[in-house]
Amino acid sequence: MSESNIINPENLVYDKTSVMTDRVLHYCPGCGHGTAHRMLAEAIDDLGIQGDTIGVAPVGCSVLAYYYFDVDMQQAAHGRAPAVATGIKRTMPEKYVFTYQGDGDLAAIGTAETIHACNRGENILIVFINNGIYGMTGGQMAPTTLEGMKSSTSPRGRDIQSMGNPLKITELVAQLPGTYYVTRHSVQKPANARKAKRALKKALEYQKENKGTCLVEIVANCPSGWKMTPAQSNQWMEENMFPFYPLGDIKVPSE
Amino acid sequence: MARKGDVVINIEKCKGCEVCLSACPEQVLALSNEVNAKGYHYAVKVNSNCIGCANCAVVCPDAVITVYREKPARKK
Repeated sequence: MSESNIINPENLVYDKTSVMTDRVLHYCPGCGHGTAHRMLAEAIDDLGIQGDTIGVAPVGCSVLAYYYFDVDMQQAAHGRAPAVATGIKRTMPEKYVFTYQGDGDLAAIGTAETIHACNRGENILIVFINNGIYGMTGGQMAPTTLEGMKSSTSPRGRDIQSMGNPLKITELVAQLPGTYYVTRHSVQKPANARKAKRALKKALEYQKENKGTCLVEIVANCPSGWKMTPAQSNQWMEENMFPFYPLGDIKVPSE
Repeated sequence: MARKGDVVINIEKCKGCEVCLSACPEQVLALSNEVNAKGYHYAVKVNSNCIGCANCAVVCPDAVITVYREKPARKK
């Protein structure tokens, strides 16, 4: 078979899902947000719930997520996405509701909303993108910044004595009785991205059964904030982020 | 023999991040010498070893890659 015959609609194996719009993403080259968006969009597409899904966008780089998901979206005040999602889910319990938040949004200013929404066991999906830095505002230190990690507000590296410990909020909310499924993934390699998609799909399925809060953390890179090329940032993430934020399920439903 | 595949790259949306290059098991992709309208060196196909595994498309943050793979030969 010649190559021109291969490019043919009936041989199509992978194309951008229709749950994502055709708009060009504003993210920096190599940013994990784009892949994370698409994995969530593909999970929505696979379950056939595009018309019944409502997303809540945060403040941060992903504030413009409402341009990219072709589902109903609402943008929330900084850190308040789980509170807004609670309201949406309680008024429309038949809809699938997700929030998409970064670490500065979910683990810093939104800590109270996150913990209380998880503790109440709201039937929402929280997608947490953890890149250990405030990407949008210029790479400042976030609660999730690793010990010794350089950022624009910790130029000599995070010092535990004066700046405190990095916060593992995913492990924290896994302790709460309201959470049903808590897991951590990444999207920098094909296998990781496919696993992340399966986890997101599972979390949306649990929402249908009204099981409680599901939180899927995605450890991501921030090439611009970390001042590295995308390839270097992915390698740095594997070497430094994964030992502290190990991938895998943290709380799984007991069958 | 592995089934043959092919990729179509939307070069105007590509940001040249190189994430797809390391994801490809057959080293089919490389960055071009030319730049697109935004000034990025975009990903191009440099050989015809593609097996249509879609790894590049899965990790592409900007969803610029469309993957095709020939259908398996029917058993006789």
